[in-house]
Amino acid sequence: MNTCSARLHSEERKTALIALLPSLVVFALFTVYPVIYSLYLSFFDCSLLGGPRTFVGLGNYAKMFANADFRVSMANTVKYAVGTVPVGAALSMLAAVLLNQKIRGRGFYRVAYFMPVVTSMVAVAIVWTWMFDPYYGLFNALLEKMGINGPAWLADARWSLPAVIILGIWKNLGYNMVIFLAGLQDVPTEYYESAEIDGAGAWQKFRYVTMPLMRGSIGFVLIMSTIKSFQVFGQVYVMTGGGPMNSTMVLVYYIYRQAFEFYRSGYASAVAWFLFAVILVLTILQKAFLKAEN
Amino acid sequence: MPVTVTNNRAAEAIRARRRRVLTKTAGLGLVHIVLILGAIFMVLPFVWMLLTSFKDRSEVFTYSIQWLPSRINLDGYREVWSEIPFARMYLNSFIVAISVTVCQLVTSALAGYAFARLDFPGRDVVFMIYLSAMMIPHQATVIPSFLLMRKFNMVDRYTSLILPFAAGPFGAFMLRQFFMSMPRSLEEAAIIDGCSRFGVLRSVVLPLCKPALVTLGLFQFMFSWNDFMWPLIVTNKMSMRTLQVGLALLRAEVSTEWPMLMAATVMATVPILVAFLAAQRQFIESIAFTGLKY
Repeated sequence: MNTCSARLHSEERKTALIALLPSLVVFALFTVYPVIYSLYLSFFDCSLLGGPRTFVGLGNYAKMFANADFRVSMANTVKYAVGTVPVGAALSMLAAVLLNQKIRGRGFYRVAYFMPVVTSMVAVAIVWTWMFDPYYGLFNALLEKMGINGPAWLADARWSLPAVIILGIWKNLGYNMVIFLAGLQDVPTEYYESAEIDGAGAWQKFRYVTMPLMRGSIGFVLIMSTIKSFQVFGQVYVMTGGGPMNSTMVLVYYIYRQAFEFYRSGYASAVAWFLFAVILVLTILQKAFLKAEN
Repeated sequence: MPVTVTNNRAAEAIRARRRRVLTKTAGLGLVHIVLILGAIFMVLPFVWMLLTSFKDRSEVFTYSIQWLPSRINLDGYREVWSEIPFARMYLNSFIVAISVTVCQLVTSALAGYAFARLDFPGRDVVFMIYLSAMMIPHQATVIPSFLLMRKFNMVDRYTSLILPFAAGPFGAFMLRQFFMSMPRSLEEAAIIDGCSRFGVLRSVVLPLCKPALVTLGLFQFMFSWNDFMWPLIVTNKMSMRTLQVGLALLRAEVSTEWPMLMAATVMATVPILVAFLAAQRQFIESIAFTGLKY
């Protein structure tokens, strides 16, 4: 009996190993190894094209913090996050609360709000570039009907980042809305009913029933969208190439250019590790927040 | 005297109810207005994309808005194919997205089953480590991953486009949760009948979780179809570019040929939009799943 169960046990281990092997190989090759190797690379002055490597210690990190372009891209990334995250979360919360009741056309609204989420960033960025066209674009034509002389958007260093932010909010609204809708399902309807009996209006119900019970989802959406906003790349690549005058240069685009256009793989790895550290801190904050919630 | 009091009270109650109904109707009207305005904002870019794709060049460059094309002009749709190897890019995107999806389903089912059902030492630790990989941003691993692919001579090959995404923690996590929610008794019967663990997985477990597989498959297909940064980095030859990279290059090449650009984006987004409209529930579920607290 004992030997039989031991045999079964070792058989199960073997099965588990085989079942996990493909996933672990991919994980080791494309996550574990690259993360460690990019940390290693970040201590060297080296080219993506090969050639000699010189050890520079923390030199790349020092160079990074002293670099004006890096600081601009960091500032722009933070501005992008500040511009997209709170407004995006508020709008998607509004959409979720409105759609969380039995109203006609609920399915249609949900599809409409969710469509941008499934479409590729490159495709919608091209469409929005066209809509932001200073002369023939849809936005300025509509603004003109209202008597407003629209800005040059992507061609104007003051308006290019706001334009990219508007696209960012539009693209992610549906995603956040779905997360909020899932959270709203967990709010017991009796709570609203008893609040109504106490004479609470719509705003009070939202403020004193929905908000406190949704803290988990709100925290998740805020931190996830902040993490996502630190990773913007596609729309900047397509719409502005970081310009005009570096006004839309963001961290990931900066990393991409340093690594794959200027071939500074050591330096770019240092910036990538900096980005990783920022995202790690945000994730730990989220975990701590969730733990405090439970 | 008592009669008038009751009458007054009754009248008061009726008035109050009428007021409530009125404010409720007005409120509902307001809800619809907000939702419709939101829906217009969300859908307008898609409508504008489609309308522009059918226009003549002369109809695009007008100062006042011309909403509808005067006739359905398909020049844009025709020209794309000669401007860039669009057919080949389409094929590449399909090959890559379908391969990634199939690989993901297989590897995630195997890994998810091992984590859910098989007993081996350190299982939960391995699972936690694997799961925490989800927070590592792609940008932190992209430079070494590229160097690795180049070393193996896989630049401009399908392998480099597929392999890094052939397995991942998200799929394993999702299916593990699903497997754990299933009763063990079905599997036990098959095991007593002498079925191997893989046999159980294939002929008992997987047929029961088709909905979860469809959801994961759609999610992975969408992710792979829309991915931009990695294909941009790991392909050089036009014939190996995917659709998203092709679109971005087309935009850089012809910059203001808007009817053609819009025609190309329409064609590039149609597969995803059709899949989404056909299986909205699964798409939205897969997104909601990413918001689960783990």
